[in-house]
Amino acid sequence: MKPAPFQYHAPKTVADAVALLAAHAGDDGRILAGGQSLVPTMAFRLARPAHLIDINNVEGLDCIAEAGGRLCIGATVRHAAFHKPVTAGPLGALLSAVVRHIAHYPIRQRGTFCGSLAHADPASEWCCVAAALDAELVARSARGERVIQAAAFFDGAMTTTLAEDELLAEARLPLLPEGTKFGFQEFSRRAGDFAIAMALVAFRVEGGRIADARIGIGGAEPAARRIAKAEAALDGAAPGKDAFAAAADAAAAAMDPMEDVNTSAGYRRDLVRTLVRRALEDAAAA
Amino acid sequence: MSDRAMGRIGESVTRLEDPPLVTGRGRFAGDINLAHQLHMRLLRSPVAHGRIKTVDVEAARAMPGVYAVWTFDDIRDVPPIDFREGRIEKYEPFRQYILARDRVRYVGEPVAAVFAADPYAAEDAADAILAEFEELPAITDGADAPGAFDDAGHRTEADIVTQGYGDVEKAFAKAAHVIEREFVVGRHSGVPLETRGAIGHYDAAHDVLELHGAAKVPHRNREALARMFGRPLNAVHLFESHVGGGFGVRGELYPEDVLVCAAALRFGRPVKWIEDRMEHLLATNHSRQQRHRIRAAVDADGRLLAIDDTFFHDQGAYIRTHGARVITMTCGILPGPYKVADYRATGHFRLTNKTPAATYRSPGRFESTFVRERLMDAIADELGIGRLELRRRNAVGPEDMPYALPLVVLGDDVEYDNGDYVGLLDKALDHVGWDALQADLQRRRAAGEAVGAGVAMFVEKSGLGPSDGAKVTVDPSGAVELITGGASIGQGFETCMAQICADALGVDYRKVRVVHGQTNRIEFGIGAHASRATVMTGSATNEAALLVRAKALDVASDLLQAPADTLDIQDGVVFRKDNPDGPSVGLGEIATQLLPTRKTLGGREPGLMAEGWFHSDHQTYPFGCHIAVVKVDRETGHVGVERYVIAYDIGRAVNPMLVEGQISGGFAQGLGGALYEEFVYDERGQPQSVTFADYLLPTAREVPDIELLLREDAPSPRNPLGIKGAGEAGVTGVGAAIASAIDDALQMPGAVTQLPVTPQRLKVLLDGARD
Repeated sequence: MKPAPFQYHAPKTVADAVALLAAHAGDDGRILAGGQSLVPTMAFRLARPAHLIDINNVEGLDCIAEAGGRLCIGATVRHAAFHKPVTAGPLGALLSAVVRHIAHYPIRQRGTFCGSLAHADPASEWCCVAAALDAELVARSARGERVIQAAAFFDGAMTTTLAEDELLAEARLPLLPEGTKFGFQEFSRRAGDFAIAMALVAFRVEGGRIADARIGIGGAEPAARRIAKAEAALDGAAPGKDAFAAAADAAAAAMDPMEDVNTSAGYRRDLVRTLVRRALEDAAAA
Repeated sequence: MSDRAMGRIGESVTRLEDPPLVTGRGRFAGDINLAHQLHMRLLRSPVAHGRIKTVDVEAARAMPGVYAVWTFDDIRDVPPIDFREGRIEKYEPFRQYILARDRVRYVGEPVAAVFAADPYAAEDAADAILAEFEELPAITDGADAPGAFDDAGHRTEADIVTQGYGDVEKAFAKAAHVIEREFVVGRHSGVPLETRGAIGHYDAAHDVLELHGAAKVPHRNREALARMFGRPLNAVHLFESHVGGGFGVRGELYPEDVLVCAAALRFGRPVKWIEDRMEHLLATNHSRQQRHRIRAAVDADGRLLAIDDTFFHDQGAYIRTHGARVITMTCGILPGPYKVADYRATGHFRLTNKTPAATYRSPGRFESTFVRERLMDAIADELGIGRLELRRRNAVGPEDMPYALPLVVLGDDVEYDNGDYVGLLDKALDHVGWDALQADLQRRRAAGEAVGAGVAMFVEKSGLGPSDGAKVTVDPSGAVELITGGASIGQGFETCMAQICADALGVDYRKVRVVHGQTNRIEFGIGAHASRATVMTGSATNEAALLVRAKALDVASDLLQAPADTLDIQDGVVFRKDNPDGPSVGLGEIATQLLPTRKTLGGREPGLMAEGWFHSDHQTYPFGCHIAVVKVDRETGHVGVERYVIAYDIGRAVNPMLVEGQISGGFAQGLGGALYEEFVYDERGQPQSVTFADYLLPTAREVPDIELLLREDAPSPRNPLGIKGAGEAGVTGVGAAIASAIDDALQMPGAVTQLPVTPQRLKVLLDGARD
């Protein structure tokens, strides 16, 4: 569990970081942010980056700011930054509710929001948040900057549409309108484990009817995503047992779950149904 | 005299071991560094079963910092690792060589060893070895048909181990009811915080081979190493430092221990190896995996006429130091606390292509208690007798004691020494408020919750003899040194031994320095395993301390001009019982009077010291019961433990606080085996549980506080202090009690037949019932 040899770089600016990335991308150059996934993988020698570009000293990447109705989260903002709400509205509360499900306290002090998105583990809570809320992901490279919609960002397990020379510099989440209700549920064997499945739901109630329903599912499929059919079962319906059950059934039916030696597809599908319903109940009760 | 705690037997005084440990000054294997040491890294087999085609080490050998690279050809002269108890001819073909010879038989088997200047260079070089294997079909289930073990005609069924008595067939023929079930215990094991470590050193100046990082059984491992290297015992020494958990797996003699010794001898340089966590989960002994097909013959009242158990013991790839210990123990202890008129156990000792298995805390008892208690529940359910009532009807009673069975456990004829098993059950039920609990659970179930309670009874064994010795010396400063052949694996050995010594001698336990795990300090030692240390080494310590006390009183009687029997010793000071504030003399002064140069010696041997021995014909049998209250989430299959009670009769507790620590820690491990921990393999024998993300140790969030009902109602008649062991009672009944509680929560009698009860397995049970 000693990593294979690598060259270490510690740039101070984004420009230097993306220049280094451009120079070494073809030689398996990798960005090091919190290192909570990459470093263990290197210790197992499953990842052997020849170059490691450490962005922890890069100025300006550690900020959280609100702009244009969105919360902008820089590349070195740690999970722990969200333990207390970072914004007064529903989004701040939502992120605080979700963050305590991420691994364990020491890991949350090091791991980063953007690092989780770029790593794209199927069981990442932040990937589920990004998918459910339609995050905008800002990619920087020596070639310039582009904004990628979450739905076009996640591309299967541990895979994104970031080019190899691109740094995920920032993630932008919509500040949810006042009155947005949300619920988050995940199931893992132990507290802090990678979730077998998770559900994030958010909606508003207007005139006794559900509006702007969002249902994001993570952990069950290779990539987190919104489930339109489940959302359709909610929008316009009266909040309550029937609508929630219909949405839960629709979400479960929409799944193409992963399967492994410990966990069957059927079990994951059942979990999705349960978690969506419980998340909706939580949201309604909040 | 002072009234502060002297650490007498029965006092929950704080641990002597702790000051260095809690101030970061402990010395574990990883902390040991010797000048000019090399670091070893192993190339391990990536395939579960295969012939070795090539192992090309040339590129690795040429890398910077690399001193040597070994394959089997380099260690041809080293025999395979032997059994602790010596030769067992029929198992010899199944022993493991320290590097694979022509075949590999599990993922993780050492194939080549790199020795380099630092651990990084060693790992880089191991990575550069080009090894090719011709993969062979893997056997991954001990209950599958046996296959070929090697090309010499040996089969993967190493043995069929049987124990029993009476005429089982006849009993079944006349039985009113026959209940037959199949139960499966999963593969899991001890996972200490500190991984293994070994530092080999050849002291050429004294011609002594040293192995540092020893644990558990240093003296036994010294014998084995001396045999393997053809050296006299006094030219091999093992040294135990702090040990971060033993649990049966740490401290056995493994290929890595022998490799660092062989390399140190050959290179004349120290060789250090520290196991990483992934290696630990691949290479350190696994345990527990058994599949039982058991049937019981009972009369119309549910009395056990006979038990007939056939089981398959998944040993993994090789038979290691324990030989057939776990499978034999399973046969010998399965009847547990119940009277079984006729009994037969048949254990199929099967090699598979998985990590070799051996003992893990409560070996054979965790497994057999799960199987037996599940069977008792099944009988009760089938006959419509209450689960508790059935146990009462069949339990061995105090009037039956001592209760001998023609069975063998650890080479010792089984004879329960004493105890009131049902009495303890009643105390436990009373503690938990059983009737009120039942009413509450019923009410909650009626309201839709899946909650339930389960009970498991068991008999433990401890204090395996036959003999152990200890040496106590008081120096002229009054300090006491207790030299033992025991081992400290984190359980509080030093504190317990100091308390026993202090109590017998009449000193403050903090005055006693306890030596353990150093083969150069004492000729014999049993180490720390099988819950032996407190019973055996403790009793020997008591003997030695009493001899020193007698000698001190003898000298003091001269000095104080009073007969010895009128004197007492407290806090290291001898005084007249009828005049505590009168003339006195300290033990240090007495030791001074006994210096070899002193005229005051009289006819006595010099030194205020003595060696004490304790001999025991039989083990002692502590006993207990566990009560679990669980809540099941029917939708996810999650099981939460709401309450857990352990009642245990330990005979006499030397330090109740440490006993509670032992039992709490054991419970956490039992809970792991019941609900979380499992070494999973795929059909090709690839291990799936090689990180802590996949091998699920329960954490503080999953483990509730236990309620311990510690009783001392049945002191053992087999040693002067009445002691029974404490090491394993927290583990033994957990699988059984949790399983029974889950049945009750789901109101599905007999639902749980397999451990661990994972959420997915539980969902399958529930969905099966739903369809």
